[in-house]
Amino acid sequence: MHAGIIFFLVILGSVLFHIFTPWYWTDVASNWGGMDDTITLTFWIGGGVFIAVCLFMVYCVFKFSYKEDRKAEYKPEDKKLERILTWATTLGVAALLAPGLIIWNQYVNVPKNAIEIDVMAWQWGWQYRLPGEDGKLGTTKVVNINDDNPFGINLDDPYGNDDVMIQSDVINLENNRPVKILLRSVDVLHNWYVPQFRAKMDAVPGIVTYYWFEPNKVGEFEVLCAEYCGVGHYAMRGGVEVQDKQDYDNWLQQQETFSDLIAKQEILETSKTKLAKK
Amino acid sequence: MSEDFNDNKTIQAQSSETISGGGGSGLSPDKDYVRPAEISEQDLYHGHSFITKWVFCQDAKVIGVQYFLLATFTGIIGLILSWLMRLQLGFPELAGFMTAEHYYQFVTMHGMIMVVYFLTALFLGGFGNFLIPLMVGARDMVFPYLNMVSFWMFFVAVGVLLASFFVPGGPTGSGWTLYPPQAILEGTPGSGYGIMLMCISLILFVAGFTMGGLNYLITVLQARTRGMTLMRMPLTVWGIFTATVLAMLAFPALLVGALMMSLDNVLGTSFFMPTILKAGEVLEYGGGSPILFQHLFWFFGHPEVYIVALPAFGIISDLISVHARKNIFGYRMMVWAIVGIGALSFFVWAHHMYVSGMNPWFGFFFATTTLIIAVPTAMKVYNWILTLWRGNIRLNTVMLWCLGFIVTFVNGGITGIFLGNVSVDVPLSDTYFVIAHFHMVMGIAPLMVIMGAVYHWFPLVSGRLLDEKLGKWHFWLTFLGAYSIYFPMHYLGFIGVPRRYFEMYDSPYMTSAVGMNEFISIAAFIVGAAQLILMYNIIKTLKVGKPAGHNPWKACSLEWLTPSVPPEHGNWGDKLPIVHRWAYDFSVPGAKEDFITQTTPPSEVANTEVEKT
Repeated sequence: MHAGIIFFLVILGSVLFHIFTPWYWTDVASNWGGMDDTITLTFWIGGGVFIAVCLFMVYCVFKFSYKEDRKAEYKPEDKKLERILTWATTLGVAALLAPGLIIWNQYVNVPKNAIEIDVMAWQWGWQYRLPGEDGKLGTTKVVNINDDNPFGINLDDPYGNDDVMIQSDVINLENNRPVKILLRSVDVLHNWYVPQFRAKMDAVPGIVTYYWFEPNKVGEFEVLCAEYCGVGHYAMRGGVEVQDKQDYDNWLQQQETFSDLIAKQEILETSKTKLAKK
Repeated sequence: MSEDFNDNKTIQAQSSETISGGGGSGLSPDKDYVRPAEISEQDLYHGHSFITKWVFCQDAKVIGVQYFLLATFTGIIGLILSWLMRLQLGFPELAGFMTAEHYYQFVTMHGMIMVVYFLTALFLGGFGNFLIPLMVGARDMVFPYLNMVSFWMFFVAVGVLLASFFVPGGPTGSGWTLYPPQAILEGTPGSGYGIMLMCISLILFVAGFTMGGLNYLITVLQARTRGMTLMRMPLTVWGIFTATVLAMLAFPALLVGALMMSLDNVLGTSFFMPTILKAGEVLEYGGGSPILFQHLFWFFGHPEVYIVALPAFGIISDLISVHARKNIFGYRMMVWAIVGIGALSFFVWAHHMYVSGMNPWFGFFFATTTLIIAVPTAMKVYNWILTLWRGNIRLNTVMLWCLGFIVTFVNGGITGIFLGNVSVDVPLSDTYFVIAHFHMVMGIAPLMVIMGAVYHWFPLVSGRLLDEKLGKWHFWLTFLGAYSIYFPMHYLGFIGVPRRYFEMYDSPYMTSAVGMNEFISIAAFIVGAAQLILMYNIIKTLKVGKPAGHNPWKACSLEWLTPSVPPEHGNWGDKLPIVHRWAYDFSVPGAKEDFITQTTPPSEVANTEVEKT
């Protein structure tokens, strides 16, 4: 009978591990706590099914193990039982699917007041751009990218001039204000992922993808690349700093806009030509 | 056992044909009547030299063993690669020889080898070839020559795959999903020759597999023996048959994807390549879509999961039924579940792509279809445990593997509900949770089936029974070890540890995973080494094992009823068997023994309460 006992211990061990594990998710720092709740719900229903099925199996192993003088039951089908099980399972699955779809509906519908952030990925790093006072990001093209125009902004797009260029791989966010992350990549697939925010999406070269979240905890977080992007994948990190409105505004003041950059570039050019003339 | 095939039954059957042939409506129908065969028997090619008998062999049983051995060989390479990966993750200080390039190459080759060249080849090429003709009562596959070519195409495909270890740049390190643009750009190891050889190898594999697949399908449809109706076939055959249909429809997508990517790589087309800026230079690509490749890949990739799982479902049903001495519970439900899962598996592929950047509205559709699949799958699980219920369970090695399968499969199936449920997938995708899930459900669970099947059918292949004591050691080490690798791994995924990371660095929530990574690595070394027990057991058994004799498990299905064990070329001696019932008449009330073979005519077991099948 030792087989049944070991299987029982495996089930028991799994439950105990789940209860006492020191490894569990980080505290959620965004509005996506609903994802955690759905996971918890799935744990209850799914875990219950797992335990029930396995314990039933262990019971059968104990109760019906081979005896020379016993004959097994001969019953090819039990329509009623099969029907009950089918409907019970369908019900359970529907109970899990419904909250999943409700949250997905929130995930794909971005709130109107969300601030847009251009997150540009390359092998292997991140750079960020915010819209200026007009609230709109300038359009971009990969072929425009050069040292003077690190985001490839279309020069004839008036929305681009006041765009705020972040000269760092750390982006600051305002606490309790939704952000829409607009992802693009200049080379291969990447994925801008902060475990505490729960949300993620691939950056795909050639198109712009998006997702949104609302940070709700002040603090610093690490950005990880979550889509394999070549040998530097594991080292492709960045950062997020969530701040209160005041601190955030101060920080934003200090950042350069695209026109600042162009102006600086022009001054540099003219001084260069002057130098050359001398 | 050979008496089962002697003339008296054939004469009986023939006489009943004459009765009904005479249109005799007034005559009472013969209980033992079986419809006559519609096509005459095929001629078999009999090899005489060593080469035609064992190398370029046209006997499906030998081809099955060839497939099995070659798949196992590549599987062992995959296992060693996984050891190297675990060494890097658990004990990086001992893995000083490994660079990030190596690590990603091993990740890629491990994945591709295990999914395609090990599991697919083993289930369909190995078990399919050996079991289909025997189980449906055919003398061989319908196209034996094509079958032989199929194996040798697979052989060449494996050769090309392994050759990539020796070309400049080494094998591709693009992950087993081979996503472009990264797969063919510098910055990924093996972006030149490596990926090219991988694509060629896959194309060869698909071509060879198509030849084998046609054989399995047509043999099942056309070469069943008299009385073997579709609804009397063992579930093993149903599983392999349905999986082959899936493979025929899914593999072309992979073939096309591999071909298009090769063109992008070699000729500079832009199927999957948008405008790309690399090292300050704009490359000569433009307008392609990387997501298109993902759709092609997963349109193959998801059915591929079921190409592995359905044969496993079928085989495990048969093993449980035989060793619980009870008919499989709800046979018809099991058949329709296999067919239904197979059909549904073509409508769920994009659940691998929820966060790929495809139109997010697809998420609603694919989450719904994915969770619908859970229903027939759950029914299968219920039916397995209900087969144990009120059975007469032999707790031998085969049954242990079956029980191990149920635990790991249910575990992996339930984590599948997490990942299929679109918004729950968002925090978990691309983390260790995914690795734990798919290894549990399509790595360990099918492996449990393979091992159970090896212990179950080895007596048929070799005529000798594997040692039970060694078998039990092998099972417990493998099961407990594998479970302790993958069960805790889910929790790394909850922390948010991303997959495909060569090194974790010092993020606070990831350093806490170090202790667990060491534990998992040690478990992985033990599980891998435990497979040596099976090898030792096989070698020992071939030399001094207990002779199995005819039908050692007292099974009902045809493969155990051949006149000689192991079965010879042509399988059935002079006369093909005639089938009178399904493969699960165990413990029938009133019967003398606890099983009635498929070839037993009703008149011989007149007093029993058999249900009509």
